[in-house]
Amino acid sequence: MKGGAEEHGDRSGHKLSLVSGLYFLAVPLPLPIVNIMFKRLMVAITTKRPELFARLAGHYHKTFLINPTNLPFVIELSPDPRQPRLRACRRRSTAHADASITGSFLTLMGLIDGRLDGDALFFSRDIKVEGDTEALVSLRNALDDIEGSIAQDIAAILGNLGLFALKVTRRISDRVHSH
Amino acid sequence: MIVSIAIKPELVCPAGTPASLRMAVDFGADAVYCGFQDATNARNFPGLNFTFAELKSSVLYARKKSVKVLLALNTFPPAGKFALWKNAVDHAVMLGVDALIIADIGVAHYARVRYPDIRLHLSVQASASSPEAIKYYCEEFDVKRVVLPRILTIPEIKALKREIPCEVECFIFGNHGLMAEGRCGLTNYATGLSTNMDGVCSPAQHVAYEEGRNRETTTKLNGFAIDCFSCSENPGYPTICKGRYYAAHKPEGYYAFEEPISLNLAELLPDLVKAGVDAFKIEGRQRSKAYVQKVVSSWRRAIDQAMAGESIDIPDLLSLTEGHKQTQGAYESKRWR
Amino acid sequence: MKACLTLGPILFHWSAEKKRDFYFRIADEAPVGTVYLGEVVCSKRSPFFESYYDEVADRLVSAGKTVVFSTLAEIMISKERKMTAGICELEGYEIEANDSSALYFLRGRPYRVGQYFNVYNEETMAFLQEKGASHITLPTELPQSALSILGRNASAMNISLEAQVYGRIGLALSARCYHARAHGRIKDNCQFVCEEDPDGLPLKTINGLDFLAVNGVQTLSHSCLNLIHEIKEMKAMGIDFFRLSPQDCDMVKVAECFEDVLSERIGVKEAYNRLSHISNNYSFCNGFYHSVEGYRWVPYG
Repeated sequence: MKGGAEEHGDRSGHKLSLVSGLYFLAVPLPLPIVNIMFKRLMVAITTKRPELFARLAGHYHKTFLINPTNLPFVIELSPDPRQPRLRACRRRSTAHADASITGSFLTLMGLIDGRLDGDALFFSRDIKVEGDTEALVSLRNALDDIEGSIAQDIAAILGNLGLFALKVTRRISDRVHSH
Repeated sequence: MIVSIAIKPELVCPAGTPASLRMAVDFGADAVYCGFQDATNARNFPGLNFTFAELKSSVLYARKKSVKVLLALNTFPPAGKFALWKNAVDHAVMLGVDALIIADIGVAHYARVRYPDIRLHLSVQASASSPEAIKYYCEEFDVKRVVLPRILTIPEIKALKREIPCEVECFIFGNHGLMAEGRCGLTNYATGLSTNMDGVCSPAQHVAYEEGRNRETTTKLNGFAIDCFSCSENPGYPTICKGRYYAAHKPEGYYAFEEPISLNLAELLPDLVKAGVDAFKIEGRQRSKAYVQKVVSSWRRAIDQAMAGESIDIPDLLSLTEGHKQTQGAYESKRWR
Repeated sequence: MKACLTLGPILFHWSAEKKRDFYFRIADEAPVGTVYLGEVVCSKRSPFFESYYDEVADRLVSAGKTVVFSTLAEIMISKERKMTAGICELEGYEIEANDSSALYFLRGRPYRVGQYFNVYNEETMAFLQEKGASHITLPTELPQSALSILGRNASAMNISLEAQVYGRIGLALSARCYHARAHGRIKDNCQFVCEEDPDGLPLKTINGLDFLAVNGVQTLSHSCLNLIHEIKEMKAMGIDFFRLSPQDCDMVKVAECFEDVLSERIGVKEAYNRLSHISNNYSFCNGFYHSVEGYRWVPYG
């Protein structure tokens, strides 16, 4: 990952087709359907991974904005264990967020998947963080401690197509970040 | 790069979470160090570290694979709060950790008197850099290993090792603090939270990244701008000792202490082995399990190669380093000072 | 016990003549009971003043001051080990240990512990007292809550406590010399450029805030600690010695100001105003004592 963002797969050669493949998986989905899946995901996480919330203590009431630059929507996360919320919305209609993290879809998936190091992505400018740094650090640490992978959960909810997409994502991610 | 020496140094790896600990154990650590979720250790970061229950299961996991667990209790309890550290010592011993990494005299004394058999390591936070400084702790508290401050050259380490009655542990990779550990009040001066008493350095709650008109990023700590990176530069943490400042004769600004950079001693590994270093330490409890996996496996291979007398594949870990720059710091030559 | 002002070791690289004249004036005029001599920051500086120690110590003792020799805060090379061993063998003077190697050399005799050795709690204090410590200068970052507990315990343990109340705060030490670095040099070839800055080399942040001051391998606060408002409360807590850390200003007048407050000749408001005039336009800070950022000034009352 010598050159940071410039070499980052999304814009280069054959990787483009794979990434845009993933992109097309997400783009045609109308937001309400994405949000139904997100709801199922949050229920799954709340029941299967209570440890996530323990590490977020003190930041339950915060709103995180996850901003995949190459998707047509952003994701709002409120990690309150009593009423967790994960919601996709159009860029223009986002509410106030306490903290935000911006990066390509591939990078953000790699981060959530525990396969990429957040600090390294920050050092290389592959991700950008704004707002409440402490809340973001807590979220990062909470996600990182999860046994198995949340990305796997996401993929499972998306069904076979999702699992395939995850496999491809991981393959690209490994290739991009092994340089 | 041929080394022949009988004793194989231990690879000591960081774990900020149980997931990272499992990663370190699975990818070749000989020992893992970690801390509790409070001010008793110097990486008291939000969402990081172990509950007593997590440490318990982690110790079992590590033990199954014959990996040691070392517990960092390396901060300085201020008067009135000593009970928290006592409690941490009691739990760590009860949960079966292999050693306590201590810095404070009071904590060392408590652990030694209360648990005569527990193995004690002297933290880098104790800032013991001379034979007498180290012997003081060995003789008073039966310390078995010292973690050396990152300020000595390899010939100095070699000479030191001959004069002290305990093992020597050296940092080989990771964040490269410039100030003598355990004696740095910079964070407290700027934020009101103390590295020694609260276990934080540039705490996240006081960190802000601000993007300017030309996409430059200014990193701030509680209102003090620590550095500003143009969009072509790789940013670092807003750590005071790696900030850019103005002095009267430096109106353009300069890195008064050090630039954003990480320590990487890969090329010096054979020399460190020859110097008699007993354990190599990787910094980074605040980093992710992805970091742990990559760094631990790389160093495992490098150390095995060094011990087998093979040439070493120098791990390329630049992408994980701060500012994407690395240094051999003080280890290579006195010129660093 | 009567509260007593002390003069800490000179942290900066002043010329030998300047130091000698400074101490002579302290001996003759300053209302301080104890004077700490010795190079604490950089071993390279120490030879310059070596030939003056006898003369200066004699003059101070004749003036009724207690003279204490302080050891180096950071020890790496063999010269520094020898220096420390040498000081710890001095007879006729008390020694203040600033690192654990000095504690090693001082075993078996009574000693003082300096502010560069971490004594944060009553357990550490009790251990050191058992081993011969009679007087401890506490770290500057300790808040009022911790100081008061230590003060209470010290009286019971027959230990005297000291705290810095004036002067830039030593915030960090390093193996690297930042004065040399600021001038594109390395420590071995520093050419003693630190002598150019008798109060340290000020650093501003890139957003224009006064922040730190470089003093060789030491990093100091930009603001000058001033606990004139707190000193009487500290006295009541069981701290009996108050350290003035020398700056390049009229330290005799600084000492008089603190003495006048301790002996209730003037109020703290007047003392503060006087200190502002004496103190080279430094901004003052007292944040550590009040459990906030060290650089902050918490107003009186």
